[in-house]
Order: sequence, then C-alpha cells, then structure tokens
Amino acid sequence: MSQQRENGVPARGKVLTVDNMNPYVKRVEYAVRGPIVQRAVQIEKELREGVKKPFTEVIKANIGDAHAMGQKPITFLRQVLALCSYPELLKDNKFPEDAKKRAQRILQACGGQSIGSYSASQGIECIREDVARYIEKRDGGIPSNSDDIYLSTGASDAIVTMLKLLVAGEGRDRTGVMIPIPQYPLYSAALTDLGAVQINYYLDEDKCWSLDISELRRALAAARKHCNPRVLCIINPGNPTGQVQSRQCIEDVIRFIKEEDLFLMADEVYQDNVYAESSKFHSFKKVLFEMGPEFSSTVELASFHSTSKCYMGECGFRAGYMEVINLDPEVKAQLTKLVSVRLCPPVPGQALLDLVVNPPQPDEPSYATFTQEQTLVLKDLAEKAKLTEQILNTVPGITCNPVQGAMYTFPRITLPQKAIDHAKEEGQAPDMFYCLKLLEETGICLVPGSGFGQRDGTHHFRMTILPPAEKLKVVLEKIGEFHQRFTLEFS
Amino acid sequence: MGQQPITFVRQVVALCCFPELLDSPGFPDDAKQRAQRILQGCGGRSLGSYSASQGVECIRQDIAAYIQQRDQGVPADWDNVFLTTGASDGIMSILKLLVSGQGESRTGVMIPIPQYPLYSAAISELEAVQVNYYLDEDECWALDVRELQQRYQDAKQHCQPRVLCIINPGNPTGQVQDKKCIEEVLHFAYEENLFVMSDEVYQDNVYSPDCQFHSFKKVLYEMGPEYFNSVELASFHSTSKGYTGECGFRGGYMEVLNMDPEVKAQLVKMLSVRLCPPVSGQAAMDVIVNPPKPHEPSYAQFTKEKNLVLDALAQKAKMTEEILNSVPGIKCNPVQGAMYAFPQIFIPPRAIQEAQALSMAPDMLYCLRLLEETGICVVPGSGFGQREGTFHFRMTILPSTEKLKILLTKVKDFHLKFLQEYSAQETTQENQHRET
Repeated sequence: MSQQRENGVPARGKVLTVDNMNPYVKRVEYAVRGPIVQRAVQIEKELREGVKKPFTEVIKANIGDAHAMGQKPITFLRQVLALCSYPELLKDNKFPEDAKKRAQRILQACGGQSIGSYSASQGIECIREDVARYIEKRDGGIPSNSDDIYLSTGASDAIVTMLKLLVAGEGRDRTGVMIPIPQYPLYSAALTDLGAVQINYYLDEDKCWSLDISELRRALAAARKHCNPRVLCIINPGNPTGQVQSRQCIEDVIRFIKEEDLFLMADEVYQDNVYAESSKFHSFKKVLFEMGPEFSSTVELASFHSTSKCYMGECGFRAGYMEVINLDPEVKAQLTKLVSVRLCPPVPGQALLDLVVNPPQPDEPSYATFTQEQTLVLKDLAEKAKLTEQILNTVPGITCNPVQGAMYTFPRITLPQKAIDHAKEEGQAPDMFYCLKLLEETGICLVPGSGFGQRDGTHHFRMTILPPAEKLKVVLEKIGEFHQRFTLEFS
Repeated sequence: MGQQPITFVRQVVALCCFPELLDSPGFPDDAKQRAQRILQGCGGRSLGSYSASQGVECIRQDIAAYIQQRDQGVPADWDNVFLTTGASDGIMSILKLLVSGQGESRTGVMIPIPQYPLYSAAISELEAVQVNYYLDEDECWALDVRELQQRYQDAKQHCQPRVLCIINPGNPTGQVQDKKCIEEVLHFAYEENLFVMSDEVYQDNVYSPDCQFHSFKKVLYEMGPEYFNSVELASFHSTSKGYTGECGFRGGYMEVLNMDPEVKAQLVKMLSVRLCPPVSGQAAMDVIVNPPKPHEPSYAQFTKEKNLVLDALAQKAKMTEEILNSVPGIKCNPVQGAMYAFPQIFIPPRAIQEAQALSMAPDMLYCLRLLEETGICVVPGSGFGQREGTFHFRMTILPSTEKLKILLTKVKDFHLKFLQEYSAQETTQENQHRET
C-alpha cells in the first residue's frame, strides 16, 4: 500500500502494515481500555482546552484503579517502600521500627542490598516464603511450599504465563480454555493472542451470577466437538459480576475438574473484597485440600493474587504472585525457564507484596494505624457496594444484582428496541451506543457489557464502585436520569 | 556486584513512594520538584495508580526532550515514545507485532551472532525464523554490511526477512558501531525494506576513547529526509544499564519512528491488555532522562557519582582486556562499551571430545569446570552464538576492581591448568598403562 506524497511521487510502502502484522494481535480486544476510554481521554483534553460541555469533569469509572479515584495508599506499605528505595531513611527516627525491620529484611535478600538488582526469576526467596506463610495462615494451616510460589508483574503476567504453557495442538486438538461469561477481558485477549480456543460458560444472572455445574458440562460437551478443552478459568470474587462463590459451588467445580481432567486457574485477586454478610471467601486451594488426598494430590491448580485490589489498590506497582499445585516437575522446570527470559518481576512490587502478606502484627507499633486504614478502605467499599446496588435498582429499566464482592457493579439495562436498531445500523453494540451517549452527555465513562460478554439479547455496563461516596451518589443519580432520558428518547 | 545506586534517583523514587517526605528537610529541592511533577502526572497523585498504557504523559515528554538533546536537535515526538517494563518488554512487543505469515512467508528476523539471547528466545516463542548475521571477531566485532546482504539473500529462500535487530553498543561483544557502519546498515534496511530494531541500552556505556555512541535515529536523520521519513525504526533504552544499573525497577522505553498509524493503534491496544509498565520504573526512567542540571543543588553530587561509576567501568574494561590477553589461549577484543568481555578461548581437541561425549557444548564443559573449581560463574559462548569451531565465554566487568583482578587471575590460572590437563601429550596415566 503506497501513500501519495505532496509532490505527487508515490511514497514507499510501509514494511509493517495492518495487513502483514501479527493477525492474532489484530483480533485482540480489551474493552477496559478500549474505544470508549479513548473517547473519554479525548473529551478530557477538550475540557482542558476550554470546550463547553454539559459537565466539568470526566469520571473514569471504567477501571479498577482505586488510587486514581482518591483512595489513599496504606501508610505502612509506602513507608517500607521508601526505606527500601532510599536506605538512608533507616536513620530517620520518623519511621517506625517495624517498617525499618521489614525494609532491612527485604534489602538483605537483594543483591548488593539494593532493590535495583535483578532478583531470582521466581522472585526473592524470603518474600516467596512470606507468601507461603500467608497462604497457610489464610487457609487454616494447609501447607504451602515457597517453591510453588512465583512472583509476577501483576496477576495478569502470571495468568498469561500459565495460559502460554497450556496452549498446544492444532485444529481439533487445539487447547480449549473455559472462561466465565461475563469475564474480565484479559482472558479473551490472552486466548486470542495465543490462538487458543475460547469456551464460554455462562454465569446465571438470575441467581446472582452463580456458577452452575450443568452449564459447565454443557459448555464442555459442546467444546469437545471442535477442540481439546484442557483449562477451566474461574474468577472469585468475580469480575465484572462481583459474585462470591459458595463453598459448595467451589467443591462442585473441583469435582468437575477432576472428573474431566482439566487444569484449574483460580483468579482470586479480590479475595479481601467481600462485602455481603452472607458471603465468605474460600480459596480454591483450601477447599481442594479439605476434600482429601484423592483430590488434593491430583488436581492441577494455579491460584493468582495481586497488590492491585483488596485494600491496597497498588495497581501501578504491578505486583502479584501465583501458587501452583501439583504441577508436573518437568513442566515446572519449563515454567521457571520461561519466566527467566524476562529476568524478574519489578523488585519494588515484590517488596510491596511482601508487606501485604506480612503486615504489622498486634504487638508492633504500626499495627493500630495500619488496621484502622485497612478497615476504613474496606468499610467504605462495602458501603459503596450497597449504595450502588440500592440506587441502581430504583431506576426503571436497570436491575442490579447485589455487589457481593470485588469492585464493580454489572447492572442489566433494558434498552428500547429503537435504540438497539439504531445501534445496529451504526454497526455498534447497543450497550456501546448507550455508554458512548452517556459519556458525551454526562462525562461518566463506563464499559459496555459487550466488552465482557453477556447472554444474547441482554445488555449491561460495568461501573466501578471506587469514586468517593458523595461523588458516587451523584454519578449514580446522573446515570439514573440519563437512563430515563434515553428510554424516552428512543421510545 | 556492589555498584552503588545514584543518590538522586533513589531520593526522587522515595519521595514518590512516600510523599510525606516532601516536607522533610533531608531532601534537596530539585529532587522534590521532580517527584512532584511525576506525582502530578499520576492518577490521584499516587504511584499506585495505573498509568496510561503508553506511560505517564509528562515522562514521555521528558524522554522526547532527552532524545532531542542527545541527538543534537533531531526532533522527537513524545507520541512516539512508549514506556516499557524494561527494554526486553518493548523488544518483545515490537517483535510480536512483526511476526506473521506461514512457511516460506513466515517473518524472518535478522539478529547478530553473537547476540543477547532474549532475541533468540523471543524468536523461538513467536515461532519466527531466526536469521543469523555474523559479527567479525577479527575486526573487533564490527558489522559488515556485505555479511548482512549475504545472509539476507540466503534467508529469502526460506522465509520473509522483515526485521533487522542491532545491539549497539553490543552485548555480549561490547563493540561500538561507528557512524559509517550505522549508515551502511540503515541504507541496507532502506533498500531491502526492513524494520530496524536498535537496542541501545548501553548507550551510556562507552569506554574506548576512539569510540562514540551514535543513535540510529540521529544517523538516519543525517542521511536526509528520504531515509528519515521512511525507514521504520524502533529504538530501545533501559534503566538497567548505563550508570544507574537499576535492573530491579524494570524501567525502559522505546521510540518508534515512521510506524504506520494504524499499526501504532494496534500496538497501543496490545499494550493496554497489560495495563501499564510499573510506575516506579517509569519514575526512575524520568530521573535518568531529566537529571540535575548545572544550576541545581544535586548537580555536583550526581555528576560525581555518575563519573565514578563510568570511570570505574572504563578502567575495568581495560584491565579485563589486558589480563585476559596475557593468557596463552585466550584472546580478548577491546571492550569498547557495554558491560561484558567475550573472549575467545582455545579449547584443546581432547576437551572438545570429552564435551561431545557428554552431549555438551565444549565451552559449557569449560565453564562448568571453571565454576566447580573456582566458584566463578560465567556464561558459555554457545549461549550467545559464535562461529562454528570457535569458543567463548561472556563475563561481566562489574565486580569491584580488586575482586575483578582476583577473578581474572583465577580465570587465568584455571585456563592454564585446563590447557595442561587436556594437552595433546599423553598423561602419566596413559603412559603407565602402556608400560604394563
């Protein structure tokens, strides 16, 4: 393809074009930072340039970024990070002893006592050990081996790494990966990128997004006709849906996994974000082991966690870990080799993770402040979860399942047929059309449900519950008003 | 290996991590000012927010300004700058975009031999076709464009060569390409329609007084608009090398030139799935491209620390070359830049046989023995690629000068012992056996 230049002489064609680039990359979509967000960024620019709009700011409720929405970092975490970054501060008596102690321990484990050294590719050993102890404590004593822990550049990194290992075969033998619908679109993006087969299993909106084993069976049976299903991914607490799976459900999934010889990937990054009183987080590992050796010695499981969510919200540090259970030792060696090519996860992030799994203890000076800050964040989120559900459910045409956990609401919106038809004429998903209009009229940036997947004929949007309560209330009211306007306009 | 971090860099990072320190008298104003600028560019003024996938905007602007200054005014557009999780991340991303086709049309990627094995690993993972071009050991690892041409023509028979990767200054070889060579390479890329990837992470590590770093972008500009407006180029830099050595932060950037706008949009989309590079690494990168200026309070100390590091490296580069060249059976090209020596080692035929019997590369056998006998860990040349029948190892010049001297002496002693052990003469054992 050549481009005309000013003097009429045809220019050289590009070496790299959309026609000859990696076709898998072309097919990748990632709605959380997709077209609607790009438009939101553009609008922000226009506002800065003084363009008049019906609103004065863009509210980015599209992404689970707590600090960006005003949530404060936890003091203790940042103190230790500062100490690790600039060890001169160890002499500063304004830093508490417990923070200094942890910083020193981390630095001791770094090459040259510096966080500027590459760490081992699996992550700093003493941090992996701390992670293992944390997991044991969380899971009521079930042993965790630091050798099974891999620190990662956010949970996304480890998830992609595992999927990479698992994808093989060609044609009808190509690896199939079961993912929930609705899902966090890292999964669909990764599967597209790897050329794996995506197998959708639908969560049940009428039952608060719960997982039904019969639906897993249906999806698996259908998939076996055209691919080799080998993996089941589950997000608990769920994103975008926020459901917290019951213990019974987790057991049923594990049984299913064992029956069908599948590899289980449990994305548990929201494990501290549980709000509903009737809900409780059960790690897949804990349930697996409580089901006895028949399961715990055979089921292959990778569980993922991160520093980006929970009460920390430290997204920018890109830190996380995975624990692998019952991985074939030869495969494990391959995994270790694969992660070595990228040398190591960011060491400041590893340090941060260490503090998350090794927080101040009751007898330590920072305990009171730490606990207070932690409780405040989680309480605030719980309140906002309830507030969001309540307000959205007052709007005719919007139904919102309880936000049991995580950081999002994924309400169902009823769209008038005229709007649906209009959107289709424009070649747009109806909920994208809705969200774009919402953005233009109110400055509120959400992500359309089509970006996460949903049952045919239904429409949703995902909104975070992260803006400060007062702002959130205003945002929810504006959405309510918009929805009614929209419904009227297209009636 | 004991190199100290640059104080100013760590001060700014600490201030960004724990902004309460902005009130502390223990930090200089220029550090505080930079921290504040970075934090202003972060959501909620926190390093804990995801940044834009391309990186924090003001940092990208600072990088563009740095590039423009480094290249004596050649314009740099911050829209072409992408922060990355170390240079490796950027390199992988670009290679990923470029790989397509099947069979004879599968993308071929030209890489230097010897190379930094990220390239071969990435090519394997992406199932692209690796096209080797050999650097000339007899000419201090120089790149000969005729070699490029030959390999390119050969490769066309079985793949579609579309990418040319260059590491300058080189890893593991340390050679610093001269301007003429870079011009020839760019001309070749222009003629043959190749996407150029120039890995310039060692741009601040130039030791030989006869050598100078020329960025591929600057040379391209100086070749005139026909070249500058058409050759597609991605250049890479990192916080891991230079004088800062901040490997653990995983900071880096790439600048893309003449990338098709639609492809650029695809690149941004692809990067968005991983959200953003670590923001603390972006902050470190910002300080590197925006260091203290002569009128600022931290300038003196910063400059002193930087020169200390670079002078030490230059000294160690020279010392390493000298000591290794004093060993019979070891030949070491001048370490013009980067951080490594890649000496050629003579391995006696009997040792080669033994290695072959063990299904091991001869230089792997050598290095394993070195490790077992001295505790010194180096990487065999077979891990980087080398001309058939030659053997090498790569060692860093990073240990402290005293330790390095001891290390090199041990390597010398080991080598002499090794030669002796595997010499062509019969051993006493064999002699005795014959006699009985």
